Amino acid sequence: MINPDLCDLTISVLHNKIKNREIKFSDIIFSVIKRVKSEDQKINGYISIFEEDAINQAVDLDKTIKNFEQLKPLSGIPIAVKDNICVKDKLTTCGSKILANFISPYDATAVAKLKVAGAIIIGKTNLDEFAMGSSTETSYFGPTSNPIDNRYVPGGSSGGSAAVVKYSGAIGALGSDTGGSVRHPAAFCGVAGLKPTYGRVSRYGLVAFASSLDCVGALGKTAEDTAIIFNAIAGYDEMDATTINTPVKNISVDSNAIKKYTIGIPKEVFAEGLDGRIAKVIEDTINNLRKRCRNVKEVSLPNTKYAVATYYLICMAEASSNLARYDGVKYGLRVSSSELKDLYAQTRDEGFNTEVKRRILIGTYGLSKGYYDEYYGTAQKVRNLIKQDFDQAFKDCDVIITPTTPVLPFKLGEQISDPLAMYLGDIFTTPANLAGITAISVPAPLTIDNFPVGIQITGPALGEEQILNTAKAIEEINE
Amino acid sequence: MNSKYEVIIGLEVHVQLKTRTKLFCACPAEFGGQPNTNICPICSGLPGVLPTMNQHAVDLAIKAGLALNCQISEKSSFARKHYFYPDLPKGYQITQYKEPLAINGFVEIDGLKISIRRIHLEEDSGKSIHSPTESLIDFNRCGVPLIEIVTEPEIRSPDQAVKYLQTLRQIMRYLDVSDCEMEKAHFRCEPNISLRPIGQKQFGVRTELKNLNSLNSVHQALEFEINRQSKILDTGGVIVQETLFWDEQNRVAGTMRGKEESEDYRYFPEPDLPVLVLNRENIDNIKNTLPLLPWQRKKILKEKYNLSENIVNIILETKEFADYFVETIKLCDDAKLVANWLVTEVKAVLNDKSISINEFNIIPKELANLLNLLRAQKITGTVAKEIFTDMVLTNKTATEIVNEKGLFLSNDDSLLIKSIDEVLTENADIVAKYKSGKTSVISFLIGAVLQKTHGKLTPQKIKDKILEKL
Ligand SMILES: [Zn+2]
Repeated sequence: MINPDLCDLTISVLHNKIKNREIKFSDIIFSVIKRVKSEDQKINGYISIFEEDAINQAVDLDKTIKNFEQLKPLSGIPIAVKDNICVKDKLTTCGSKILANFISPYDATAVAKLKVAGAIIIGKTNLDEFAMGSSTETSYFGPTSNPIDNRYVPGGSSGGSAAVVKYSGAIGALGSDTGGSVRHPAAFCGVAGLKPTYGRVSRYGLVAFASSLDCVGALGKTAEDTAIIFNAIAGYDEMDATTINTPVKNISVDSNAIKKYTIGIPKEVFAEGLDGRIAKVIEDTINNLRKRCRNVKEVSLPNTKYAVATYYLICMAEASSNLARYDGVKYGLRVSSSELKDLYAQTRDEGFNTEVKRRILIGTYGLSKGYYDEYYGTAQKVRNLIKQDFDQAFKDCDVIITPTTPVLPFKLGEQISDPLAMYLGDIFTTPANLAGITAISVPAPLTIDNFPVGIQITGPALGEEQILNTAKAIEEINE
Repeated sequence: MNSKYEVIIGLEVHVQLKTRTKLFCACPAEFGGQPNTNICPICSGLPGVLPTMNQHAVDLAIKAGLALNCQISEKSSFARKHYFYPDLPKGYQITQYKEPLAINGFVEIDGLKISIRRIHLEEDSGKSIHSPTESLIDFNRCGVPLIEIVTEPEIRSPDQAVKYLQTLRQIMRYLDVSDCEMEKAHFRCEPNISLRPIGQKQFGVRTELKNLNSLNSVHQALEFEINRQSKILDTGGVIVQETLFWDEQNRVAGTMRGKEESEDYRYFPEPDLPVLVLNRENIDNIKNTLPLLPWQRKKILKEKYNLSENIVNIILETKEFADYFVETIKLCDDAKLVANWLVTEVKAVLNDKSISINEFNIIPKELANLLNLLRAQKITGTVAKEIFTDMVLTNKTATEIVNEKGLFLSNDDSLLIKSIDEVLTENADIVAKYKSGKTSVISFLIGAVLQKTHGKLTPQKIKDKILEKL
C-alpha cells in the first residue's frame, strides 16, 4: 500500500524507514509523483518531470538491493535538479527560449555524484531565466508560485527547487546560488537552502551565469537534509579547476556543537530597508540561541553596504561573457538570416528575455575599453574589501546571523517592472558570494502573516559544519 | 625599394604546440580527421563546461620561452578575449593578456638580436569553410594549444623577417615544441609594418597583414606593403591603420578591417582558471633538459670538425638530420666524409623521394659501415655509390651487397697485370698517342681497366701500374 504522506518526510526519516524495511523505494516515488500531479499545475515548479525513469529506478532498487545495512544515505531518494544544471540526455533549458530545445549530452558533476550516491533524479525545476532574478517570474516556461500562497512569488532564482521541496514534490533539490539564488527562495518558501563555499562543489555542468560567484547548492526540508545532499556532492573535481583540493569531511549535523560557538551579529544589519517585523523575528531568534551558544557578539561588516552594487557589476560583466555562446550557430534557438550579424542579433533578441538582455548590455558596457577599470576593476577592489571584512569578523565569531531577505514574499507581478527593488532584495545574500564563503537560510521559528522568515547563517570558507549545526539549533527552537 | 624610408616590421607568430591533447580538454589535438570528430562538450562550448589546463602545453611553452632567452613568469594568468564568430564556440577565446607566460627574450639572426616582447599560451579557434551556398564549421581545431610569439618592431626588411621566421621555426622544431608546418597552420605569421623617413624617431602608422601561408607570401606581402606605403607617403598621403588580407593568387593585399570598425575585445580575467603558478624547480628542470639549439650545434660543428658554413647549415636544417650526422660520426670517424655524403648522396635521395631523414631506410650505423669500407680502401668511391644505391633500393647492408657481388678491392696483381696487358693491346692507337706526348689519354686507359676489373681496383693503383708498363 502506498503511504500518501511519505513525501512529507525528511531524507533521514525515509532512509530509516527503508532500512527497517517499513517501506519500499517505489512507495516514496509514487508518493512524490502523486503530490506533483496534484500540486504542480498550480505551482509550476517543474519544467520537466521524469516520471517513468524515476519509477523504473525505484522498482529496480526494490528488486536489487539486498544489503539494507549498508544503504547509502540518498539511496532511492527523489531529488529535483534546477534546470540550469545538466542532466545527461535531458532538457537543460535554463528557463530560456534560447535553450528550450537543448538536451545535455553529459551530467553535471553534482548530478553524477548524486546518482552515484543512489539518488533518483525526479525532474528539472523552474528558475528565473539563466538564474537572473529573485522571483522565478522570468522563466520562458512561466512563473512559479509560492506553495504557501499561490498569489505570491517563491523567491528566486531557484524558486522551482524551493517550491517543489516545500510542497513535497521532491524530497530535496539542487539549486544554484550566484547572489542568493538558493537562500532567497528557501527563505520565501520556508525551507532550508545551503550555499556551499565557492569551490567546494564542482561547477562542471552548472550553466555559467557569473563564474566567479556561481555555486551549486542544496535545498531540503531541514538543514540536515541539505547536509546529506551536500555530503554527496562536495569535493574536488578535476573537471573544475576552481574546486578546492582538500579532503571533505562527512558532516553529521549536531546542534549541541553550538555551545562552543560565538555568534556574530553585524551592526549594519538593522538598517534602513529592513522590514521591522523581520528585524523583530531575528532578534527573538537570537535571544533564543543565547541560551545554547557560548556568546553573542556584535561584529562589523562596514563594506557590505556596497555588496549589491559590487555584485551586480561583477555578475553582469561575467554574464555578458558567459552568455556569448548562445548565438544560434551550434545548438538552441536559431532565427535564420542570410546575414551572419542578423542571425546573431535576431537569435539573441528573440531568445533572451528583457532582464537577461539588460544584464548582458550593462555587463558589456562595464567591460568595454575605457570603462573596465572604472566598473569591473573597481568592483573587484570592493569585493576584496568585503572579503576582508568577513576575515576580520570571523576572528571574533564562528558564525554570523542576519536575515536572508530584507522583505517578505511579494505578489507575482508586483516587482517585475522594478528591477532595482528586486536587486536590493539581495542585500544580505550577495556578501557571501562575493567573499566566496558559505551560508544557509532556514526558516525562523515564527512566521509573519503565515509567511516564513528566512534566517541566514554565514560561516567562513569551508565552515559548512558550523552553519549547519547552528541552523539545526534554530530549527529546534520551537520543538 | 624606396630608400627615403626606414622599414619597421614587428611579427606575431602563432605556433601550434605538439601536444597529444587539446589545451583545455582531453580531445586529440591532431591535424585532420573527419570534421567535428575530435570534439567534446568542452571544446565545442556546450553550456556548463569548464576548461582545465593541459600541463604538457604549459611545459612546451616554457621550453619555447627558455630557448628564446625569455624570462619565465612564475605567475601568469588567463583572460577571455571576446568576439562573435561562428568558429569560436564560446564567443570568447581563452588567452593570456596582462600576465603572459614569458617576456623579454631575443632571437639572434646573423649576429643581430631581435627582441621578443612576449610569449603567451592560448587556444585555437575552429575552421570555417565557405562555399557560395553555405558555410560549414569544423571544430576539430578548436582548443588546440598555441603560443603566440611577439617581437618588438625591430625587423628592418622583408629578408630579415623571413630569416627571423626561418630561425624561429628551426628552433621550435629542434625543441620538438611544434612541427611548424605552415600548410597545416602549425606556424602562422601576422606581420605589422610601418615606414618612417630615415632619421625620424616617431613610428609611422602601421598596417597588419593576414593570410600569409608561406614564407614566400610573407616576403611578397611585405614587399608589396612597403611599396604601397612608400607611394602614399611620397605623394603626401596618409597611411590608414588597418588590417590587410593577402591575396595569394593576385599578390595584392586588400582591406579587411579598418580602424573605425576595430573591435573591442572586452578582455577580463578568466574566472574558470586559477592563476598559473610555475615553480622554479620545474622551470629549472625544463631548462636543464633543453636540447642543444641550432646555434650551439653550429659552433660545435664548425670548431670541432672544421666543416664549412654551407655544409653546417645544411646539416643543421632539421634536428633529425643533425642527429643523423652525429650518430654516423660516432661510428665513422671522418666528419668531413660523412658530412659530404649526407649533403650530397643522402640529401639527393631524400629530395628525390620527398621524404624526411626519419623515413630514410639506411640507418646511421649502416651508412657508417659503408663509409668505413671506403675509408679502409676496400672499395672505391664509385663502388661505394653503387652500393649505396643498392642499399636504398634493397634494404640490404653494405657488407651483404659487397659479399654478394664480390666487390671488395682486389690485391691480386696478376689480375691487374692481365687486365692492363689486355687493355694496352686492344688500344694500341691510344698507347701510341700517349707515347707521342698526349698524356691526357691515360684516363681513357684507366677507365678501360676499371671496367674490366669491375671497380675492384683503385684508379690510383691502376694508373701507377699503367705508367710502369708504359
Ligand atoms: Zn574537446
